[in-house]
Amino acid sequence: MSSTDPAVAPWSARATWIVRGLGIAAALALAGTIWLGLWVTPPDQVQHNLVRLVYIHPPIAWVALYLAFGVAAGSSVLWLWPRTRSRFWDRLAVSAVEVGIVFTALTLVTGSIWGRPTWGVWWAWDARLTSTALLLLLLLGYMAVRRVPADPDSRARRSAVVALVAAVDVPIVHFSVDWWHTLHQGATVLNANLSPTIHGSMAWTLLLGFVAFTLLFAWMLAIRYRVEVLSEQLQDSALEVALRERWAEGKGPLTDPGGALA
Amino acid sequence: MWRDSVLVAGKDLRIELRSRVVLHQVVPVAVLVLVLFAFALGPDRAPMAHAAPGLFWMAVLFASVLAVQRSFALEAPEGARDGLRLSGLDPAGVFLGKTAAVALEMVLLEVVLTAGIVVLYGSHIRSYGSIVVAGLAGTAGLAAAGTLYGALAAGLRVRETLLPFLFLPVAAPVLLAGTRAWQAALGIGVGSAGDPWVRLLLVFAAVYLALGVVIFGPLQEAS
Repeated sequence: MSSTDPAVAPWSARATWIVRGLGIAAALALAGTIWLGLWVTPPDQVQHNLVRLVYIHPPIAWVALYLAFGVAAGSSVLWLWPRTRSRFWDRLAVSAVEVGIVFTALTLVTGSIWGRPTWGVWWAWDARLTSTALLLLLLLGYMAVRRVPADPDSRARRSAVVALVAAVDVPIVHFSVDWWHTLHQGATVLNANLSPTIHGSMAWTLLLGFVAFTLLFAWMLAIRYRVEVLSEQLQDSALEVALRERWAEGKGPLTDPGGALA
Repeated sequence: MWRDSVLVAGKDLRIELRSRVVLHQVVPVAVLVLVLFAFALGPDRAPMAHAAPGLFWMAVLFASVLAVQRSFALEAPEGARDGLRLSGLDPAGVFLGKTAAVALEMVLLEVVLTAGIVVLYGSHIRSYGSIVVAGLAGTAGLAAAGTLYGALAAGLRVRETLLPFLFLPVAAPVLLAGTRAWQAALGIGVGSAGDPWVRLLLVFAAVYLALGVVIFGPLQEAS
């Protein structure tokens, strides 16, 4: 099955090319970030080579906490709104959540790797870290609801509600944890590197990092969307295929189900 | 909406009065949690008194999962859920009624638990006003969020495991803010003011009550 097969292609040939271009652009931008981050930029005076994490950790966190979650919450609201209700928003929401889980987990992992040498511990009960961990649990909860077998409409309704409630919770969690305990070096690190006093190449690398991970997110979102459409089609046709197989069993040789189907 | 909510709350509370499931099962479980926490902390009174507010809210959180499950188990048999839907009651009223019934049961449970931490952990209550306000605000928030998720999980085969997984992370701010407010009221910790935490509890309760009123209708259609 090629992606241009009309039966399985969820989008036009032109869109296929756009997605392909997006993937290539993401790969190039990532390669550029790696090259600039590892070879071109100088090590920091205080953090030495550790500072190179600044080129990937904040961009990953930006994708996870704002882009993925924003897309998921926004499309869930658009699904719940009767006038804009369409399966597009439902598929987009689940795609954003699933890609978001990957990026949220990566945020925690890269943050932990950074935290170990700078703070001395793998895990600090810092406000951002804690609220990111809770966000990951909320996203996993969304996927758990998603996996409960149900008809597509009530599944979409349920998951949209979960996404909406989680979206409302995230700011509350953030504020409460922020008051609760804050080590907070994250913001100062980021601001220090964006300020004009630092080495010019570092700011450019960080900017490229943001572009690269945003492109990567967009590409992964598109691919995941396509997987969702295909799996829906597969589910729709599953009964039909099973019927045909059963019917073929009665007539054709059992050893060759493929031939019997054809 | 208000009349419907009183009807639904009355129904749930009447069933509770007759069956006494919350009183005879959920409240003892919450007290048991307090005793088990004491085992985990060791026999010294000092760490217990220090941890008392947090343990109180943990026990409340776990008990609220049970209370919400019970609240929706009431409507599981004999198609009572469909009956409620067909009754023409305003969904917002159903939501508020079920929330109120759960909240009332939780308040009763919290009174027992408060006596529990005073007796078992040796806590001294410095400011009655603020523990009452914090307790009520936290309970309203927990009951509202719990009822939302309870409705979401109701009718699913995996509801028993799904509800805590969905509800507890969302309820985390209540645990945090409730603990802080109670620490201030019990005079634990270094000069932490309880007021901002009580405000946070009030905001949480208001947000989830409003969300439930808006969203309960569409949610009922899903199950």
